[in-house]
Amino acid sequence: MEQTVQTLDTAEAHYSIAVFGGCYNNYLALQATLEDARRRGARAIYCLGDMGGFGPHPDRVFPLLWEYDVICVQGNYDHSIGNRLADCACGYTDPRDNYYAQISYDYTLAHTADRYKDWLRTLQPSIRLTLGDQRLLLVHGSPRRVNEFLWQSTTSEPFLQKLFTTYEAEIILCTHTGIQWQHQLANGSRLVNVGAIGRPPNDGRTTVWYALLTAYPARNQVACELLPVNYDYERLAYEMRQQQLPEEFVETILTGWWTTCLEILPARERAQGRF
Amino acid sequence: MNNSATRRTLPILGQAPVLQSADPPELPLEALDTLWLQVTGTLCNIACKHCFISCGPKNHQHEMMTVQQVRTALDEAARQGTREYYMTGGEPFLHPAIQEIITMTLQQGPLTILTNGILIDDTMAAWLGETFRTAPYSFDLRVSLDGYTAEDNDSVRGKGTYRRILAGILRLADHGINPVITVTEVRSGMGLPEERGAFLQFLRDLGLSQPRLKFLVPFLIGREEQRTRGYTSAELLHVGDLQPGEEQKLQCSSCRMVTDDGIYPCPLLINIPEARMGATFADGLAPIRLAWQPCYTCHVFGVTCRT
Repeated sequence: MEQTVQTLDTAEAHYSIAVFGGCYNNYLALQATLEDARRRGARAIYCLGDMGGFGPHPDRVFPLLWEYDVICVQGNYDHSIGNRLADCACGYTDPRDNYYAQISYDYTLAHTADRYKDWLRTLQPSIRLTLGDQRLLLVHGSPRRVNEFLWQSTTSEPFLQKLFTTYEAEIILCTHTGIQWQHQLANGSRLVNVGAIGRPPNDGRTTVWYALLTAYPARNQVACELLPVNYDYERLAYEMRQQQLPEEFVETILTGWWTTCLEILPARERAQGRF
Repeated sequence: MNNSATRRTLPILGQAPVLQSADPPELPLEALDTLWLQVTGTLCNIACKHCFISCGPKNHQHEMMTVQQVRTALDEAARQGTREYYMTGGEPFLHPAIQEIITMTLQQGPLTILTNGILIDDTMAAWLGETFRTAPYSFDLRVSLDGYTAEDNDSVRGKGTYRRILAGILRLADHGINPVITVTEVRSGMGLPEERGAFLQFLRDLGLSQPRLKFLVPFLIGREEQRTRGYTSAELLHVGDLQPGEEQKLQCSSCRMVTDDGIYPCPLLINIPEARMGATFADGLAPIRLAWQPCYTCHVFGVTCRT
């Protein structure tokens, strides 16, 4: 698969890009995120993959991605759906996590049109950008593995340093865990997990998150903000029930607390949730 | 299937000879993501009948690591970009400097400690709870409890251990730590969904609001060999046995174990002298041979010692 390599024209005073991940069929949050990014002046919008899973009506996501010219990375879900595989290859290890993941996957596979599946199969595994004087690498899980989980509490600085050196980037952007965070090393290299727009990050709120990066060429600086997005979560919950998706999924959308796929969480992130 | 095997006689505490595959698959180290530290060697406060390295109060096959040995290992792991650390034994809380070792490790990365919980008194539980809340990285404990009844657990762990382990779990919970309860399937059927469900309900009834469970199958070496059976000559891996993509799932493609006397591929093999990779960290970066009987269990059951 060809990898997109772009140098953005950042001769202006500032230049912003939006980066999000984990749509999880949540087309309502996707619409809200795209509108928010445009309102904030994002000149290009990137998606780090996992269009499907969890929510209702998978096919409502794709027209929005195309309408907004979103440049997409292939997530593990996209690879599985695109290739009509038997499961999502999310990387869960506990039977309880896999039980609910399979329900999501079977629903998404059955309700995604062939032409969208074919499109998912064509997506690239990573994108390289130059923003200001920073080399950016956009991936789904980690630069080395599509379904690797990079959690804040379990990603050590020596490991991060190795990633920046091996993959020759100053900023690495990823998703896959569903919880947003960023960390900057003393040398300025930065990992940004943009979180997910399809499901709130287990914090007891209904908002979802994405990242806005802004280059300030005069200052040789790239700023990264993690931004919350409100959307019509009650409508999403209604539609999930109409589609007979598990009530456990609906509860997460309505309360902001994860009820499934909890066993993969590290101890610290688990302790921050209700379940 | 090639069933040829070489019989090696190893003088380890009277254990049965260990079989070794004559043509094992080779596995390169993809990255040293996980470093295991055998901090208390084979010294343990109890002597479980299923222990695959036969730990106990008098087993000095591996001695405790010194603080300096741990520090050296951490320094070398940092240079390799290691992501996470696990400590086991024996019983890690036998180590007189365990708090210093925990603090030092958590400055460098996330840490999980495998324990039976018995030695964690209220003072230690309070310190662990504070460490959990304030450490730079995630700090996790795994407490082994081999059944939700005293009958199951005590039959392999020793009379009265069920009650003492539960007391340790509750002390941890009182101080804000929600350990992973690790269960070795010492009885047929323990890992079935209904049994798992019953175990989870038991933990909820105990007062754990977010019960976490990890099941492991027994490895048929060490004392387990006497409790049930040892491996047969057919239970060995040969070139071509691994499935596509399996290399990445085997933990030994991304971990090593450091003990007082050197470096080994994984926690299971530290009592097999021929599995020792060398004295230095650099020795441990070489590919390994999946030549040993426990390798068969990891292959067949998809076992990972990671949480």
